[in-house]
Amino acid sequence: MKKKSLIALALASMVGLQAHAEVKVGVIVGATGPGASLGIPYKNTFSVLPKTLGGEAVQYIIMDDGTDPTNAVKHARKLITEDKVDLIIGSSSVPAATSITDISSELKTPQIALSPVGPAASKNPWVFTIPQPASIMMGAVADHMKANNVKNVAYIGYSDAWGDLVLNGLKTHADSAGVKIVAEERYGRNDTSVAGQILKILATNPDAVVMGGSGTPGALPHVTLAERGYKGKVYHNHGVINKDFLRVGGKNIEGGFAPTGPVMVAEQLPDSNPTKKPSLEFIKSYEASFGAGSRNAFAAYSYDAYLLAGNAVAEASKKAKSGTPEFRQALRDALERVKNVNGTHAVYNMTATDHAGVDSRARVLVVIENGDWKLVK
Amino acid sequence: MDFTIAALLTQDGVITGAVYALLAMGIVLVFSVTRVIFVPQGDYVAYAALTMAALQAGKTPGVIWLLLILSVLATLMELTQHVRAKNLRKIPRALTQYLGWPALWILLAYFLAPVQLPIYVQAALTLALVTCLGPLLYRVAFQPAASASVLVLLIISVAVHLAITGLGLIFFGPEGSRTTPYSDARFSLGPLQITGQSIWVLAATALAIVGLYLFFTHTLRGKALQATAINRVGAQLMGIRSNEAGSQAFFLSAMIGGLSGLLIAPITTIFYDTGFLIGLKGFVAAIVGGLFSYPLAAMGALLVGLIEAFASFWASAFKEVLVFTLILPVLLWRSLRAHHSEEDEE
Repeated sequence: MKKKSLIALALASMVGLQAHAEVKVGVIVGATGPGASLGIPYKNTFSVLPKTLGGEAVQYIIMDDGTDPTNAVKHARKLITEDKVDLIIGSSSVPAATSITDISSELKTPQIALSPVGPAASKNPWVFTIPQPASIMMGAVADHMKANNVKNVAYIGYSDAWGDLVLNGLKTHADSAGVKIVAEERYGRNDTSVAGQILKILATNPDAVVMGGSGTPGALPHVTLAERGYKGKVYHNHGVINKDFLRVGGKNIEGGFAPTGPVMVAEQLPDSNPTKKPSLEFIKSYEASFGAGSRNAFAAYSYDAYLLAGNAVAEASKKAKSGTPEFRQALRDALERVKNVNGTHAVYNMTATDHAGVDSRARVLVVIENGDWKLVK
Repeated sequence: MDFTIAALLTQDGVITGAVYALLAMGIVLVFSVTRVIFVPQGDYVAYAALTMAALQAGKTPGVIWLLLILSVLATLMELTQHVRAKNLRKIPRALTQYLGWPALWILLAYFLAPVQLPIYVQAALTLALVTCLGPLLYRVAFQPAASASVLVLLIISVAVHLAITGLGLIFFGPEGSRTTPYSDARFSLGPLQITGQSIWVLAATALAIVGLYLFFTHTLRGKALQATAINRVGAQLMGIRSNEAGSQAFFLSAMIGGLSGLLIAPITTIFYDTGFLIGLKGFVAAIVGGLFSYPLAAMGALLVGLIEAFASFWASAFKEVLVFTLILPVLLWRSLRAHHSEEDEE
């Protein structure tokens, strides 16, 4: 009897020790609600990640915010104060990720956002973002427009923060590319018809139309354009890069362009590209669990968050023990000093003023050909 | 804006309006017979569209699992009720109604899903599956509280909507789907391109409205439903079972909802949660009809469709705002002229 309880005590203390040395990461994604089609792949990645992060044992606590900023804030507060996480990864939608940033700075916990965040939040010292800012991505679109002599451009995007981000990204490059924006139209994710907006766009006779949608709802304006017999170029943004977008759009979206991270066309990249190796590693482990062709830009963002976090945890654990405020501070400082970390989407170089840390190596332009993404060389 | 654009927008508005009209019919029907403001009416649309898409992709539609669960629940509820009331004669009928029919369609769907059926058979099967949902939902969620206040029924209806949408995400996944159009025909009428699909929508809506009209004025069942709608207690005294009337109203509304889903699925992408917004617009139309008048509701639906089409042309960022603001003057006008009947409801 005594022996048994001794063993139990030993086991308990071991478990206790292990729990103490473990790095805790709170993950918030919108796996239900209007952003579910992006949130689910974001979440999937965490089920294929290794059991260690930067050489330390890791526990991921995954929460679903239902694409609702109020829930996201609640989850973030609970994760930090009750579960004592060292790092928050998330959320997957712009409004939710942006609203969490207040909690991260208030409770001094680093946050790696899986979506872009609003302009004020992007200056928050505790917040780092993974996805390429829309301005970098739309740069690829603007370059292509310039090379192909596109002068008049119409825009149709979501009537929410995402629609604004894409439009502003386009506007920052419009002048240098010599492009004039002749129409700005909006639609909702759940709209069943965009005929009115498309008619107005066609009336301005643009050389190209830029779309500010994401996921499968992003296909609707392009399909409507095709049905009205529009012959100009159509540019999407990096929010539409998944298989279901191609399935829903079908034949109607053939020939559409989109900027994306290199991971989507990893096999078509030259070997010299620094993102090729991590991309292929990610694709191998992700597609082993979720089926061939299941890769998507969003799951890859989660993977990059893991790579960055691993890099920073390895640094920070030299200075402090996980679960302490010192560790969180060290983790934040380490994230800010990230140099040349090769991810699936970009080569990350953070500085005190740039918490996205990506450059033009983070984008490629792809075109839809025969129902698949092809690299535009 | 010139004539061509106005004509194109009108065309778009009329087609969406026709679908809203069907939804408004369903909402008015359910409300007038059972006093339930049926929020999930739009979810039938999403379920029908996604079931059709699943059948076309050769996949087993997830809706059969919901049917299975509901059917077992409903059967158990019926059995307990009849056994407790020592009313054993009613059991065989309950079994066919709540277990037999759903089981038949579930099995058909389960075994026929991998076979590429002709498109009309797929549509019929989809319609049957979605229609089955109606009476089962009524039996499980609404019948036990049939005499509760309108507010309680509304709360139940919101809960049912949330449950159905959540399950929709599990059954159909987060991605939207489109189905193959029933007809690829296109005609030119001046500047207008008329697609065969849009003719389908208009024809089916018109048929459904005429069908409902004939049903309510020329058949005994229809008249019984109408009697329940006008005066529940009076109808009960005349020997009309109000539970059966409720079940039939839900049956019809599910059928109408399923039909709208089948019609709209080839025109646009439908997601598991599309139903709510479409249903809400049908509700605005139903409000225009005061939740009792079918012709007024149909006209309201056309109005909503047209406003939506023109608003998306002029001020696309404010489209939804404009559509839902429409409800304010209508409510104001209604509350000024209608007498308050809350006392009767309690």
